[in-house]
Amino acid sequence: MIWKSLDDFIAMGGYGFYVWGSYLVTAALIGAEILMLRARRRAVEKVRQVQIILSEQTKHETPS
Amino acid sequence: MKLNWFKYASPVTFYPLAGKLIPWFALAAAILTVAGLYLSFFVAPTDFQQGESYRIIFIHVPAAWMSMFIYIVMAGWAAAGLIFNTRLSSMMASALAPTGALFTFIALWTGALWGKPTWGAWWVWDARLTSELILLFLYMGFLALHAAIDDPRRADRASAVLALVGVVNVPIIYFSVKWWNTLHQGASVSMTMAPKMAATMLLGMLVMALACWMYSIAAALARVRCIILEREQQAEWIANLGEPI
Repeated sequence: MIWKSLDDFIAMGGYGFYVWGSYLVTAALIGAEILMLRARRRAVEKVRQVQIILSEQTKHETPS
Repeated sequence: MKLNWFKYASPVTFYPLAGKLIPWFALAAAILTVAGLYLSFFVAPTDFQQGESYRIIFIHVPAAWMSMFIYIVMAGWAAAGLIFNTRLSSMMASALAPTGALFTFIALWTGALWGKPTWGAWWVWDARLTSELILLFLYMGFLALHAAIDDPRRADRASAVLALVGVVNVPIIYFSVKWWNTLHQGASVSMTMAPKMAATMLLGMLVMALACWMYSIAAALARVRCIILEREQQAEWIANLGEPI
């Protein structure tokens, strides 16, 4: 085992700031990308549902 | 069985296929990330020169690789869109650009955090670092140019030209450590030579690189599905997809 304790693990041999600064920012950025993709997906889906409703309505309104 | 390579060249057939593939790539990315982080922090030994700060390379190197790979793939799709006039190719290029830019930024950020304790500087105007920064600007230029032109097909063509011109930067990044006398070290892993690091370190880096690959594919497919819906809103097949898609 490389690490003696949790504190030892967090300290990263004195390089904790640099190591965790790298890993946490990377995790945050990738997390942000996933959330942004979800939000974009939801937004586009909402527009699509509205369009489906509108096209249904116009179908009924068109005189045959 | 005769394989029809063009079957999935249309958004109509590609859209559901991408939807089926995303969960698998996402799952693979998650498993590989857990395995890669375990190798990076609990298996790979402490570096005898750099101490623990070297553990940054487990994201720095895969992110830097991805930044270049994604650019080449993006430019390839952009070129296909330009040559064959296939709209899905251009959509793929647009879908890859933000993820490529993300990895480029991560490579630069982690590089700075590694550089400070190792070189004593967050940033130096070294050929490797500068050309990687130019790569970030190329991604941003691609996205900005695409967003600036209203007609999507014209935007595709203009940004494809920019992407293709920018390809020249990728070999410059890759060979910069050979061509110039740089502060950045040479390649630790190359196609022709045995790697200059412990086997477990190399394994950790490769597993993390694979995780990045899987993540990038999942993210690009998820984004291309959004782009397809946004761009083809008027198409009948999209209305016919019904409720759950």
